[in-house]
Amino acid sequence: MKFTPALGVIAVAGTLFAGNAQAVDFNGAGASFPAPVYQAWGAKYKEKSGNALNYQSIGSGGGQNQIINRTVDFGASDAPVPAEKLESNKLLQFPTVIGAVVPTFNLPGIETGKLKLTGDVLANIYLGKITKWDDAAITALNPDVKLPSQAIVPVYRSDASGTSFIFTSYLADVSADWKGNVGAATSVQWPAGAGAKGNEGVSGTVKNTVGAIGYVEYIYAAANNLVVAQLKNKAGAFIAPDVPNFVEAAAAADWANAKNFAASMINTAGATAWPIVSPTYVLLPKDPKNIEASRETMKFFAWAYTKEGAEIAEKLHYIPLPEAVVKQVEDAWKSEIKGPDGKPVL
Amino acid sequence: MDATMDKMGGGTVQPLDKTKGTGAVSDPIFVGLLWASGIFVLVLLGLIIAELFQGGLPALQHFGLEFLWSPAWNPVTEKYGALVMIYGTLFSAIIAVIVALPLSFGIAFFLTEIAPQALKRPIGVAIQLLAAVPSIIYGMWGFFVIVPLMAAYVQPPLIATLGQVPLIGFLFQGPPLGSGMFTAGLILAVMILPFITAMFVETLESVPPMLKESAYGVGGTTYEVYKNVSVPYGRTAMVGAIMLGLGRALGETMAVTFVIGNANRLSASLFAPGATIASTIANEFPEAPIGSLKLTSLLQLGFILFVISFIVLALSRALVRSKLD
Repeated sequence: MKFTPALGVIAVAGTLFAGNAQAVDFNGAGASFPAPVYQAWGAKYKEKSGNALNYQSIGSGGGQNQIINRTVDFGASDAPVPAEKLESNKLLQFPTVIGAVVPTFNLPGIETGKLKLTGDVLANIYLGKITKWDDAAITALNPDVKLPSQAIVPVYRSDASGTSFIFTSYLADVSADWKGNVGAATSVQWPAGAGAKGNEGVSGTVKNTVGAIGYVEYIYAAANNLVVAQLKNKAGAFIAPDVPNFVEAAAAADWANAKNFAASMINTAGATAWPIVSPTYVLLPKDPKNIEASRETMKFFAWAYTKEGAEIAEKLHYIPLPEAVVKQVEDAWKSEIKGPDGKPVL
Repeated sequence: MDATMDKMGGGTVQPLDKTKGTGAVSDPIFVGLLWASGIFVLVLLGLIIAELFQGGLPALQHFGLEFLWSPAWNPVTEKYGALVMIYGTLFSAIIAVIVALPLSFGIAFFLTEIAPQALKRPIGVAIQLLAAVPSIIYGMWGFFVIVPLMAAYVQPPLIATLGQVPLIGFLFQGPPLGSGMFTAGLILAVMILPFITAMFVETLESVPPMLKESAYGVGGTTYEVYKNVSVPYGRTAMVGAIMLGLGRALGETMAVTFVIGNANRLSASLFAPGATIASTIANEFPEAPIGSLKLTSLLQLGFILFVISFIVLALSRALVRSKLD
């Protein structure tokens, strides 16, 4: 762009006007799963307020590191941070949006929604105990589907990720075997299968390999029309991965008793609840160095919780937070985030 | 000649003692800068090694030397060991060298002895271009082209035939994933091919023509000259070149991460997924919180890779130099 005097005047005038409204840029870093919605919110928010969010999608662990070092104004993490760690680093944790993880597979001739699985079968596939698609455990669930005698190739995320944390949390919840031998974390020692990097790596490997099964975030599966399976939920029904079923799971979560908003939405009891659902979190310092940026961060998320923000999230296949929880989060902001003078920042 | 002298001296010839003065200030500064540049590299390298070692020390203290040969890599129970990654790093790099070596020999000898002048340049340039391709491109190519090909056409027949042979069968067993050690080794082979070939060409060109002509003169065939004159003459330098290629293969990250299958499991099969030190660091680093055992274990892995690369590089330097002396 050529810099002309006229533009200069506009730029100066712009700065002056923005000066009245205190243009504050605020920085966040962390989880890649909510990155698309944070970016979309940020763009819209800048239009409205003139304040720009700069969000770096570097992974949950990186987000935690950066906020502990206070190099950003807020961190983002898919997995909830343990209470002691929040305490020792003076961090407030709150959820922003909710997402789901869905199993995707590659069996020629079998379309989306035609394959039914249970958590136990899924766990045994990833444990390497069920190795063929025509195993009795799978055919019993799918009497109407002709399953080939094809080797199952379980595919997992090779990079440590919140998606893996959610998925392994589910497997640990439904299978004692999984819980005892593997456990739940952003990366685990997978007993079988092959790893691929990122959602695109997993879906690419599944697409390339006949007989493969993998797991990806719903936003990714929906955007790319991946072939997904149905899962049996706690109520005993086979559920398709769909937004109303995620909302049902989110509503059934026990928010009241959840410390630091770390409510589990894994395998909740709702009649049509999808079993692999989880919120993603933001970490905010309770003793902010940059008061302005901290206040702006809270204003930003307060706006993101409104109807306008929720619509953007829904368009991107995320599930907005239930209203009752939003209220709790906003109360926590007021009571927990304090400036050096001891007064609430917001 | 006069003209240049005029320009330099500004037209008048100055007495020697006066001209010398101009460098009195600038020359020491210049020399000082050169010293600083040289020392800078040493200090930088030293600091990197020290930082890696110090960062990884807590892991070593926690697990003891067992860290080196423990096959565990379990973030849930916080048990970490380097064996799977060290094995994967060496295994994939050795596959790469085994695949690249005959090709490099062939290309290098073809270029120096057989190729007509018109073909020499295009092939030479093509090899140089191979070296210029960014590793992420090799990764994508491997992931989207080679892995599906391996899974569909290469691995199933090999598993069905060689996998059943007694003794060597274990090398070819497991499901045909497409990704795995062998695929990683193949991609690495393409990546190190240009480096090994370039050094082979250099070595073969340094063989005195007289030696070769004498060999041809007494009736040697092309193959005999190659086998009995050219290769023995440059043997140590060639081994050095191979080690250099090995060194490059050891540290390759992006391309390997795409195709190796990333499994923290020990398996002897060529087709089984595995992990290298570099791919593990690339995969796990973003999710390793500060102060965690995982982060220090990753730094320790980095230090181990540094040591392995250093040993290989030192060997290759020693071998290349022994030829030059």
